[in-house]
Amino acid sequence: MSDLAQMPAVLPEAASRSLFQLAAMRFRRNRAAMAGSVALVLVALFSFLGPLFISHSYDQVFPSYVSVPPSLEPRPGADSLQGAISSAATRARVTLQAFEVEGQTFIATFTSDAAIDPRTTRYIDRANEFDDTKVTETRDDGRTIVVEGRVSREYFLFGTDSNGRDLVARVMLGGQISLAVGLLASLVSLGIGVLYGATSGYLGGRVDNIMMRFVEILYSLPFVFLVVVLVVFFGRSFILIFLVIGAVEWLDMARIVRGQTLALKRREFVAAAQALGLTDWQIIRRHVVPNTIGPVVVFVTVVVPKVILLESFLSFLGLGVQAPLTSWGALISEGANNIQSAPWLLIFPAIFFVLTLFSLNFVGDGLRDALDPRDR
Amino acid sequence: MPEPKDIILDVRDLKVTFDTPDGPVEAVKGIDLDVRAGETLAVVGESGSGKSQTMMGIMGLLAANGRVTGRAAYRGQDLIGLPIKALNAVRGAKITMIFQEPMSSLDPLYTIGRQICEPIVHHRGGSFRQARTRVLELLELVGIPDPKRRIDSYPHELSGGQRQRVMIAMALANDPDILIADEPTTALDVTIQAQILDLLQSLQTRFGMAVVLITHDLGVVRHVADRVVVMRRGEVVEQGLTTDIFERPQADYTKMLLDAEPRGEKPPVPTSAPILLDGQSVSVDYATGGGLFYKRSGTFRAVDKVSIRLRQGQTIGVVGESGSGKSTLGRALLQLVPASGVIRFDGQDISGFDRKAMRPLRREMQLVFQDPFGSLSPRQTVGEIITEGLYVHEPELSRADRDKRAIEALKEVGLDPQARNRYPHEFSGGQRQRIAIARAMILKPRLVILDEPTSALDRSVQGQVIDLLRSLQDAHGLSYVFISHDLAVIKAMADYVIVMKDGVIVEEGETETLFAAPRQAYTQTLLSAAYTAV
Repeated sequence: MSDLAQMPAVLPEAASRSLFQLAAMRFRRNRAAMAGSVALVLVALFSFLGPLFISHSYDQVFPSYVSVPPSLEPRPGADSLQGAISSAATRARVTLQAFEVEGQTFIATFTSDAAIDPRTTRYIDRANEFDDTKVTETRDDGRTIVVEGRVSREYFLFGTDSNGRDLVARVMLGGQISLAVGLLASLVSLGIGVLYGATSGYLGGRVDNIMMRFVEILYSLPFVFLVVVLVVFFGRSFILIFLVIGAVEWLDMARIVRGQTLALKRREFVAAAQALGLTDWQIIRRHVVPNTIGPVVVFVTVVVPKVILLESFLSFLGLGVQAPLTSWGALISEGANNIQSAPWLLIFPAIFFVLTLFSLNFVGDGLRDALDPRDR
Repeated sequence: MPEPKDIILDVRDLKVTFDTPDGPVEAVKGIDLDVRAGETLAVVGESGSGKSQTMMGIMGLLAANGRVTGRAAYRGQDLIGLPIKALNAVRGAKITMIFQEPMSSLDPLYTIGRQICEPIVHHRGGSFRQARTRVLELLELVGIPDPKRRIDSYPHELSGGQRQRVMIAMALANDPDILIADEPTTALDVTIQAQILDLLQSLQTRFGMAVVLITHDLGVVRHVADRVVVMRRGEVVEQGLTTDIFERPQADYTKMLLDAEPRGEKPPVPTSAPILLDGQSVSVDYATGGGLFYKRSGTFRAVDKVSIRLRQGQTIGVVGESGSGKSTLGRALLQLVPASGVIRFDGQDISGFDRKAMRPLRREMQLVFQDPFGSLSPRQTVGEIITEGLYVHEPELSRADRDKRAIEALKEVGLDPQARNRYPHEFSGGQRQRIAIARAMILKPRLVILDEPTSALDRSVQGQVIDLLRSLQDAHGLSYVFISHDLAVIKAMADYVIVMKDGVIVEEGETETLFAAPRQAYTQTLLSAAYTAV
């Protein structure tokens, strides 16, 4: 007799894989999606851990460096330091013999016809650029002195804005806020939308009818109007931005989940759960919601960039985060105003913004292919 | 069978391979077969035997990850590896196909006339207007009533049988040499199945084309085929004339297939047995239309005053074609759909009980579904699935206790207890049905409603599931309501049969008497339309 007849048949040899693990496998094979994930992780690391590695804070103003273009060289540059030390030497009536800058210190050698008073260093300290100048060596009976001191040189890799704040720190802060808003607002909309949609779809009938008409009423309210009303009532706050955006975005999520639920409701495992005597809430929680996960996860990856854009829009209108806090959206709108005089103010935040949106879209695409494979 | 005719399709060493994440999988492992002019060749096998993939490979219709090698010569021209353009000159004109699912093989956006025109215009040229006369002819030929009116119908306006006829008309449009029919009647009711098979046979004798019938149903094969190819796991196990195969099977596998027809019968229970479930004039109405601001427009009566009395240990078979209300009746008895009438369970009147009132009773009365793929939630492990009832009815059980019960239940249905940590998609159809049965049995119910529990399974697996259900019945004194369209299964399982049509009972009686001497014309049609292999 054949082994077909011998039940229980052997279990599949491969290790047990849940649907989620299978999806993860498919996802890992998708190069674009993996590249997107890596880029996202890098952007997140840059935004959240970056501030630990730079010395400037996002609200630190450098009055001497307003709107300086980006550069890999530290500021002030060697030329202007040379100029500054020369003029200091002229004021002190000494001759500059040698000048060297190394990191945050400088070493200068002065000569004069007569012995140089060590207090000459005050002339040097008086310049903005130099500090803590000390005489380290005296030669030729005091006619030559070597001084050493601190020079405050700053790196502005992305340049500074019109208030003299370091753009690197600003972009990091903007990233923190944009990513946080994107993620948290998406989670808010996910939570409300999934629960609302699943309940509406599962209960069906009149309840469904009323719940979905309510969604349509909310849809018809202009978004900006809603935001203005909320801001007027509750004041501007960071939390409010999450709530406002989440409160608008859950509508789409609710519709998607409701559609999924309507299809799931007809599946026999839901009927089987009813026959077992599960309550509606248990069925929604144990059977409906877990099975909507695929489309929902995919939709979230679409919502996150959308939310980031919405936040930028709000910031642009002045309803979003307030200075000195900032977000990518706010930075970009500021950069757009200065596009001719200081294009770097637009370019750098835009690069990060675009990179993030691209990555999210690739990841979303990959997730859709992985979670919703039609070829199976 | 007359002397051998010309071989028109010559398949040699055909291999079909699918690339999967776990390496290549050979679905067809180098088979040889030939199709002679004018014959009916049946390709038989269970699911996964590669019977459909063989034909798909020849026709160049494999999924994107499939590859085909070997030789398949149609009148000397090798079709494998032929460029699409050259292949299209053959397929759709000389070799055509009809599929299992008449509901989804037609495009819902076009009229059937337009869809039949398509192959004609494509292969012969001319306009759609010119092709119309030919279409009318074809519709007449395949027995569509009133073709002049029907030609402008959309697929949703036709019944399943009529759609399959339309598919046949499409396949015939260019006078093919070979018609490949992939499970053409599996989705249809038995009476319709008989009509479609008769139609295919009469068309074959008229036009002299060869028919390749792919099926798992040995009854159909015996009835219509000249020659049979038995396939298993991508290999040909046996081939020969139909009479030889059925009367003198050589291969063990063929013998096993023939043997797998459901057998045995169930003796009636004594009339003294206590009545477990008593439904008096049960009716179910579905509202049609309706919305938030307007009234319901009407009702549709799915079950009309059906009375059923089930005794302890009894199995009542409910037979009927699709739309007869047999599944709805099953759900109404469990109060899963609102029903009118009186239903007593174990002497207690449960009619009109709401879900809360029903909950304590649910463990006594369980339900097993037809589709073992749809009835298990894909995101839960088998352990979670089968212990779900315990979670509701014995919430005091600890996790370890539940696990112990799961192991017992899995052993009882003949599955490895290790299965509880796996997910349903890792199991075959028969194994999944066992899981579904374990889910019902873990609660130790007294009444189980079995809604087509074997219809989605292969015959050999069917037999095992039937044996399992029988042994569970003996062990626990269960009472079954067995809903099925498959008369052979009903005959083997039930001791009492109810025949339903359009929501009413046409005839009922003890199995033996009813099968031996059906009184009603409808029952007689049903019985005569069912082909049996043995």
